[in-house]
Amino acid sequence: MLKITELKNKYRYSLILLRELVVTDFKLRYQSSALGYVWSLLRPLALFAILYIVFAKFLRVGDEIPHFPIYLLSGIVLWNFFTEVTNGSVTAIVDKGGLLRKINFPKYVILLATSFSALINLAINVVVIILFAIVFKVDVSLSAVFLPLLILELFAVALASGFLLSALFVRFRDMNYIWEVFMQGMFYATPILYPLTLVPAGVAHILLLNPVAQIIQDIRHIAITPEAQTIGMVYGNEFIRLVPIGFVVVLSIVAVMYFRAKSNSFAEEV
Amino acid sequence: MNKDSENVVIVDNVSKSFILPHEKKSSLKQSFTGIFDKRNTGFERQQALSNISFNIKKGEFFGILGRNGSGKSTLLKILAGIYQPTEGSVSVTGKLVPFIELGVGFNPELTGRENVYLNGALLGFSRQEVAEMYDDIVAFADIERFMDQKLKNYSSGMQVRLAFSVATRAKAEVLLVDEVLAVGDADFQKKCFEYFRRLKAEDTTIIFVTHDMSAVREYCDRAVLIEDSKIVEIGKASKIASMYTKMFINQTNDDDTNTKDSRWGTNVARISNIKFDKRRYNDEDKFVLFSYDITAKQDVVDLVPGFLIKTTAQQPLLGSNSQLLEQPKRPLKKGETMTASWKIPNIFNTGTLLLDPSVIYNNGSEIADWWEEAAIFDVFKEIRTPYLVNPEISVKLHDKA
Repeated sequence: MLKITELKNKYRYSLILLRELVVTDFKLRYQSSALGYVWSLLRPLALFAILYIVFAKFLRVGDEIPHFPIYLLSGIVLWNFFTEVTNGSVTAIVDKGGLLRKINFPKYVILLATSFSALINLAINVVVIILFAIVFKVDVSLSAVFLPLLILELFAVALASGFLLSALFVRFRDMNYIWEVFMQGMFYATPILYPLTLVPAGVAHILLLNPVAQIIQDIRHIAITPEAQTIGMVYGNEFIRLVPIGFVVVLSIVAVMYFRAKSNSFAEEV
Repeated sequence: MNKDSENVVIVDNVSKSFILPHEKKSSLKQSFTGIFDKRNTGFERQQALSNISFNIKKGEFFGILGRNGSGKSTLLKILAGIYQPTEGSVSVTGKLVPFIELGVGFNPELTGRENVYLNGALLGFSRQEVAEMYDDIVAFADIERFMDQKLKNYSSGMQVRLAFSVATRAKAEVLLVDEVLAVGDADFQKKCFEYFRRLKAEDTTIIFVTHDMSAVREYCDRAVLIEDSKIVEIGKASKIASMYTKMFINQTNDDDTNTKDSRWGTNVARISNIKFDKRRYNDEDKFVLFSYDITAKQDVVDLVPGFLIKTTAQQPLLGSNSQLLEQPKRPLKKGETMTASWKIPNIFNTGTLLLDPSVIYNNGSEIADWWEEAAIFDVFKEIRTPYLVNPEISVKLHDKA
């Protein structure tokens, strides 16, 4: 009985803390800018305008894909979410070093708070995309009901990477540079700016094993246009999707185990 | 207090060591190259605590005493769950609130109001709970008008008052207090002690780390003395406080062999033979007289002896040197010795005072010898005040003329 109330209290503390850290982070982010929170909305809108002018009017890259600007925007927004969570996570524990040395609290709350701020941003961006989808009369298929599951998978892979990176950064202080370079490479190794039909089939096979690529293509496929190539279509077998999903599961387990093992010594090492 | 002898804090054979690499490998490259480079692979184990065991009973006011570097801060951090013991275990029953630093998480870019919520959350209060006690917190801190201003515009006194006001709402069963009292002014310290006394009346267990022996004697039931990472003694607070004071006396006997970090300088001249006319000064002792010798290790033309007197909480009280007192500078040939004799009015409050004798030269630009806490003396005054100094004051009350 005592154990249950103890667990409940611990959970309660984490929630209180999480909420306050997210609120604080959101307040601080746009504090000294004139437009404030409006920037969360303006950024995807401006990005869409640029993509529309560059790709739909001048380059005409994705002509074979309907609603190519929205297709692009969704890819970039999802990728940005992954970047925001992981980049923010790498230094998150070390940045909170002052706090860690003064009070004992569940360390994972820091990572959750970092990712929740990104999640709020994602939500705002998704609203903008939905507005464009309505304006440009995008046909939404019934399988759009899987969207939340795909977002969940994206959140899981971002958060798991964040846990692993933040704990590694405590020991290895050049982790942030490594990750930055890695992400620059991954941006082009993920079919965000280009349609998958542009790359050779063999390359597309490899690219789609990346969970982020699998998620982006799946979301585009069910929410924007069936022309978006999914991993199942490329391999001709829907079960191949279990490879990137399995990777996310394994990564999550490894990340949580590593983080838990290391979190007790964070206060001494930051 | 002795209703039950339930132990709320059990420290069982706790040891803590920190690994200090000779050259810290904090980047990947260093880790990789370090494999091939044998010179870099060494590390040192620094023992911060060795086999510490003690229990604290419910409602006890328990002191942890020790000099800087003795390991008492590490012990406090282990009790607070911030550090993990290398060996042994700590168990705490009930909610533990660390009063280690006021205003944990305070952000200068947020308003006072926002900081109250943030700080409250770290202490375990939900938004709703903070909202309910918000008015009380602000009233207690006495800064209603400033709550919607950014914290960076607050004076340090206002920040401390606000932080203290939030912290005192925390319903702790075990409270850890670390030197908080050294930061505020005397009035604030008094407020702190009133709060601790009230908590004690409510059967809260308080663990108190301090340098202030008069506070230990006055408030603590029991205390533990830690030196060089080990327990020297556990027992009645007054007894442990005396032991702590004696450690400083032993240090004075080290005299010229003292090579600790607490003594530095160019060694052009050295201080020795510190003497006080008494060990303990009472109300009738109007002056404190002390002297020390200065021996030149090489020829020097303008030696200026001086001193600083501090409380055991490291608060500097007063100091002077011969130049300030417009004494002619003294040349000294190698091997010669002179004596500086000082006479200062006994304005001190009850407690132990620390003396830092010093000697500077080269127009005061270089330190020949600065000896921190080289000697101590005790003061006892009949009249108690909570302030830093306690000089003789008189007052006359009479009818208005």
